[in-house]
Amino acid sequence: MINVLFFAQVRELLGVSSMQVEASSDLTTTELLRAHLAATDEKWARVMASDKLLVAVNQTISNWEAIVEDGDEVAFFPPVTGG
Amino acid sequence: MIATSENKQAIRKVLVQTEDFSVADEYALIAADASDGAVVTFAGKVRDFNDGSDVTDLTLEHYPGMTESVLKQISVEACERWPLNNVTIIHRVGTMALGEQIVFIGVSSAHRKAAFAGCEFLIDFLKTKAPFWKLESNGENKSWVDARDSDEQAAKMWQK
Repeated sequence: MINVLFFAQVRELLGVSSMQVEASSDLTTTELLRAHLAATDEKWARVMASDKLLVAVNQTISNWEAIVEDGDEVAFFPPVTGG
Repeated sequence: MIATSENKQAIRKVLVQTEDFSVADEYALIAADASDGAVVTFAGKVRDFNDGSDVTDLTLEHYPGMTESVLKQISVEACERWPLNNVTIIHRVGTMALGEQIVFIGVSSAHRKAAFAGCEFLIDFLKTKAPFWKLESNGENKSWVDARDSDEQAAKMWQK
């Protein structure tokens, strides 16, 4: 399983904070996982298409070519605004 | 017997908490080392006006686990770049009213230049790297704060 987390506007727009996605040979990168989630429906497609969307793999900020493996934690969130 | 700085454990404190903090107490902790000639602190507060709307309170969300690890990484990086002794980073989460404290950065060093630079680097990097998000409320509506290009530019200034 891939443990998928959503934060801030992304969480709010999707109405979900976490979900489990079955790991498979079709979901080997963050970009493929993003496309898989975007295929859910129109709302998910819109949120996942945002050019401001960021991704972290196992709590480290990452990019869309990053490898995703069974057991990984992948988080999607908007640009950070702390401080 | 003369106490040397090698005998003392430098403070490397990173806290993410809902409770408020005392600048005086944190200052006293990082300023206790007699070998330090400089202490620089920064405190960030909830301000009343942001991008044209009146703010009454602010809610901070974060990514538990990643937040602490990013803050530890940037404190390590600051200590590699400047001869800092003590470093404390405290960031609050949850809902805060107007005027409340949000974030504290405090560093000590033998000399002021390292302390000023280290403190500014830490807040610039915290703002652009640590997974916190601000939700502002004006009493009626809530809106997520947009990331600022100026914060990104400030962090880029530190690139070597």
